[in-house]
Amino acid sequence: MSEAQTILSVSALSKSFDGVKPVEGVSFRLQNSRITALIGPNGAGKTTMFNLLTGFLRADDGDIHLGGHRINRLSPYRIARLGIGRTFQNIRLFPQMSALENVLLGLKYERGESFWAALWQSKAMKTEERENTDKAVELLKMVGLTAKRDELAGNLSYGQRKLLEIARALALQPKLLLLDEPIAGLFPGMIPEMKRILRELRDSGRTILFIEHDMRTLMDLAEWIIVLNYGKKIAEGTPKQIQQNEAVITAYLGRRRQGVA
Amino acid sequence: MEYFLHILVITGIYMILTLSLNLVLGYTGLANLGHAAFSCVGAYASSLLALNYGVPPWIGLLVGACTAAVLGVVVAAPSLRMKGDYLALATFGLGVIVYSVAKNWVGLTRGPMGLPGIPGFSLFGLQLSAVWSYLLLVTLFVALTFFVIRRVVTSPFGRILRGIREDETAALAMGKNVNRYKIIVFVVGAFFAGIAGSLYAHYITFIDPSSFTLMESITILLMVVFGGMGSLAGSFVGASVLVILPELLRFLGMPSSVAAPLRQMIYGLLLVILMLARPQGILGKYRWQ
Repeated sequence: MSEAQTILSVSALSKSFDGVKPVEGVSFRLQNSRITALIGPNGAGKTTMFNLLTGFLRADDGDIHLGGHRINRLSPYRIARLGIGRTFQNIRLFPQMSALENVLLGLKYERGESFWAALWQSKAMKTEERENTDKAVELLKMVGLTAKRDELAGNLSYGQRKLLEIARALALQPKLLLLDEPIAGLFPGMIPEMKRILRELRDSGRTILFIEHDMRTLMDLAEWIIVLNYGKKIAEGTPKQIQQNEAVITAYLGRRRQGVA
Repeated sequence: MEYFLHILVITGIYMILTLSLNLVLGYTGLANLGHAAFSCVGAYASSLLALNYGVPPWIGLLVGACTAAVLGVVVAAPSLRMKGDYLALATFGLGVIVYSVAKNWVGLTRGPMGLPGIPGFSLFGLQLSAVWSYLLLVTLFVALTFFVIRRVVTSPFGRILRGIREDETAALAMGKNVNRYKIIVFVVGAFFAGIAGSLYAHYITFIDPSSFTLMESITILLMVVFGGMGSLAGSFVGASVLVILPELLRFLGMPSSVAAPLRQMIYGLLLVILMLARPQGILGKYRWQ
């Protein structure tokens, strides 16, 4: 993989909590415009990795580079502004705000968000608000939530909330999108829709890193897979390679006993 | 009549306090149990300037509000690290500290003896001594407070505040500098509380620490919760009901030794009923979580 195609590079990243090491010396690179999956058994350190990448946790050791920036000392809001959008495993929307407002909160404001703009109700603020509302409506349309724009986020169904969370993350115009279990818990009819949306995003040039457990979706959607186990990277490769990787099979199924099949 | 106008002036002052606390507590979701501390600082700053240096109350009011705003920054500091109950305790602590300073720094504040003879406002050399003229003045400041806070909360800026209230982590993930917004909110809230304190001091012409106890902070908090967190109309209702209702007790001809404790009981009872019947407050839409 050439340097130019790499959007995110993680090198020798480690994090420990009181002796437990959820992430230990992990290195990998994410290639631009590709859907990469981060997998591993429970407790492998996947969500911790997400939190390290987005600045919600601070790594003890190692480096994270996004584009040309070293981001592992930055606060979460700066990393978000530099172009990493994320969703959360347990969905974190603004429940008592409308779907539209949720997306608006992800959009970038140049001047309209300042205190003084609010106080003067400046023209710049109003123009920006109009433009952003159009963008937000567009994003809601993309995930098929146009009809729900004025509905409170907390009143949406589980699947709709997941879609809204993705729309909100997209509002940041992220180069890299981190999705923590985008498919898990969706009702089966919605899964193809979610896959279509994610592929569309990839086609429009976004890089996606997602965590998922469902093997079928995973092998179908991911173009590259990184496998963690007990905080260490044990394999990475194409879905085919991963399926046949001895270390991965052992991690998921346990070591085959001698003499048994 | 005079008495009636007086009640309206006091209601107005509480409206300023309630609106400004609503910005902090109702819209941004930052627990604040020390709002009276800000008005205490505003009141003392303004009064001491007038008494010791003959500074006109107009300027004193502005200086008092700014001093309170500076204290707002100090309070905002713990709020950057704490949430919920912990922040409530920290602001509670601030209330205790400010009250104790006002009570014990006798050299500056005359302690429990209070500051008598605070000059009133004057306009073009004319002393505003009639109660109705104060009512006009207070109304003006209520309008100003309402105007500013309404603009703040109905803008993209205000949306971020509500976002912080709903989910701080998500707001961070959306690229919002949450700490900066919290500081601004505390500063604006403190500024208006400072104005309220100064208006009170120059109207009553006497202040002592007992006007700015923790109970005072809690009363303002009750007004916000009663009217509805995150509702500006609710703040007007909350302040009006909780000032005027206890006053009505006077007309029942009760001795003040009975009326005062009864007032507290009525506050408590009202709140219990409200929390059972309508937890979001009379006009509120938002429910505390």
